[in-house]
Amino acid sequence: MDFEKLIKFPEWFGEWNKKNPTDIYGPVIVMGALGTAVIAVIALFAFGQPFATDSLQTGPRGIGMSVTEFKSDLAKPDPGIAALEEIGDLDGDLIKAMQAWTGIPDLFENVDSYQYGVGAMMIAMTQNINENWAGHVYANGEVGVTCYTCHRGQPVPSEIWFSIVPVNERMDGWAAIQNRATSLSQSTSLPSDALESYLLDDQTIGVHDLESRVAGIPGQDDYPGIQHAERTYSLMNYFANSLGVNCVFCHNSRAFYDAGQVTPQWATASLGILMVQELNNDYIVPAGALLPEERLGPRNGDEPKVACKTCHKGYQQPLQGTNVIGDWTQLQSTDEVVELP
Amino acid sequence: MITEYQNIFNQVQVRGPAEMGTDDYGTLTEDRTKGATFSTLFGWFANAQIGPVNLGMAGIVSLASGLIWLNIIGINMLAQVGWSIPEFIRQLFWLALEPPSPEYGLSMPPLNDGGWYIIASFFLLFSVMAWWYRSWQLAAEQKMGKHVFWAFGSAIWLFLVLGLFRPVLMGSWSEAVPYGIFAHLDWTTAFSIRYGNLYYNPFHCLSIVFLYGSCLLFAMHGGTILAVTRYGGDRELEQIVDRGTATERAALFWRWTMGFNATMEGIHRWAWWFAVLTPITGGIGILLTGTVVDNWFIWAQEHYFAPTYDGEYGYEAYRTYEDFIGKE
Repeated sequence: MDFEKLIKFPEWFGEWNKKNPTDIYGPVIVMGALGTAVIAVIALFAFGQPFATDSLQTGPRGIGMSVTEFKSDLAKPDPGIAALEEIGDLDGDLIKAMQAWTGIPDLFENVDSYQYGVGAMMIAMTQNINENWAGHVYANGEVGVTCYTCHRGQPVPSEIWFSIVPVNERMDGWAAIQNRATSLSQSTSLPSDALESYLLDDQTIGVHDLESRVAGIPGQDDYPGIQHAERTYSLMNYFANSLGVNCVFCHNSRAFYDAGQVTPQWATASLGILMVQELNNDYIVPAGALLPEERLGPRNGDEPKVACKTCHKGYQQPLQGTNVIGDWTQLQSTDEVVELP
Repeated sequence: MITEYQNIFNQVQVRGPAEMGTDDYGTLTEDRTKGATFSTLFGWFANAQIGPVNLGMAGIVSLASGLIWLNIIGINMLAQVGWSIPEFIRQLFWLALEPPSPEYGLSMPPLNDGGWYIIASFFLLFSVMAWWYRSWQLAAEQKMGKHVFWAFGSAIWLFLVLGLFRPVLMGSWSEAVPYGIFAHLDWTTAFSIRYGNLYYNPFHCLSIVFLYGSCLLFAMHGGTILAVTRYGGDRELEQIVDRGTATERAALFWRWTMGFNATMEGIHRWAWWFAVLTPITGGIGILLTGTVVDNWFIWAQEHYFAPTYDGEYGYEAYRTYEDFIGKE
């Protein structure tokens, strides 16, 4: 069989085409575009918007005050919630619970271990948070904190931070602490020392003048320079990433400073700033003195420190508002005494 | 076919001997390169002829000092990453040469805390000014008007406000803009936030009007001329002195559309002024910030043009957090 003849077009086809030249490219482009559009529309109706979003309105309508999330992200609960349910209430045995929460199976069983001393300080810290910072950790109902809020079954909690400045070699002043993509600059070129400046040392976060005209020279007479605004901006980027929110979760972005145009969340977050300052200075850094060297900062040998993300882990409320304190009354007040073995 | 005129590229490229330009006094060729070449690719967008170039002494000085500026920045960045080329490439968009820290005011700081910035800025200033002078010189040699020189001057005004006039008035070099890709963008945001939201600065508003207006005028003019090219409308200069059907149709089109029209000459005055006023008004706005007004939002409230919103703040007023996260 002449295979080649079989698959060839008949000769009259070629001749007819030669005699009847037609511009096929125009129609092909039009039909292709139309066909693609029709298929896309059918697919959208059949399978739905693949990147559907939901938003949480945070202020008067029409001014863009909303926090947007992918629906697919909202559908996924914080994996820590299921892990906590798996641990269960352990018949109310707090020592066993703390061992499970921190992922240290022999916690409080060996008095000579540094973990014993650190653990005792952390119990005091947890009681202090639940009692004195109730305005922050009970802001949206019965939630509270336990060791699990930060630790999530890990001996060293995730999202702790160390000082990493200077980030640039051979530089001094502001040039030494910014313009590098780091974890503490949120991968921006903003300063990398925002957390230590505001959440360890209590430098002033606000950079605005509250009158339309204020005399001053930048960096002198408490007149903030643009660099101070950049450091604040770096901190605010950290806040946003820690809670999975944007500026307008707390602020009306047209006037960041204006207390008359902030949301109630702004007040909760402000309490959080004061809380983190106290936790770092009164508990975490002192407890750090007990830590072995390999637990200290790789850059400057400083103690590990906490901030928003250590608890929140990217959610507006840690563990999405799960009530973790529950019946653990011993952790609820500084008056309670936890009997250690 | 009519689609021949509806094309985004030039369809006809006329090739003759290279046009080497006039030399009325026998001196104009002195600083020129001798040769000229043709590029079909360039011809699609513009004139296919490349050269001759008249760089001149001012051009060479400008390029040389500009190159020094660029190298000071690059070498400083390289020093910041410990002379590591891979790290330099990886962090290139983040790295920057920062102005001095605020404590040095207007004095000369140490080299590694803004000193190199001051030196680099000096070379940049010299480079830009030499190029500015060159735009006057080349126009003068051809007995042209100095419109390009003045237009460039308006951009230089904004440049000088940002890097020289405003820092001097503020009493600190630390207010100047860092040399770096992301760093200068961060400076822009921080500058607006620090001074209470630059969108409430009326000169910033004007600058935006002229910027967007420039884009609109550019599109209207380009569209109009291309649309009447088939009647010879692309020969704009001839149409200015000897108005033909192209001009008549273009003018009628705009009178039908919006009641009035620019003239064949006047449209270029519209475009020039809109473009030039963008940096002029912008520069005024920057110069007033921190020197005359420290919080533009409060200033706007004092002058009754910041609206108030009566609605509630906080998501509780609209829906609950539990609604939003979809968790039982």
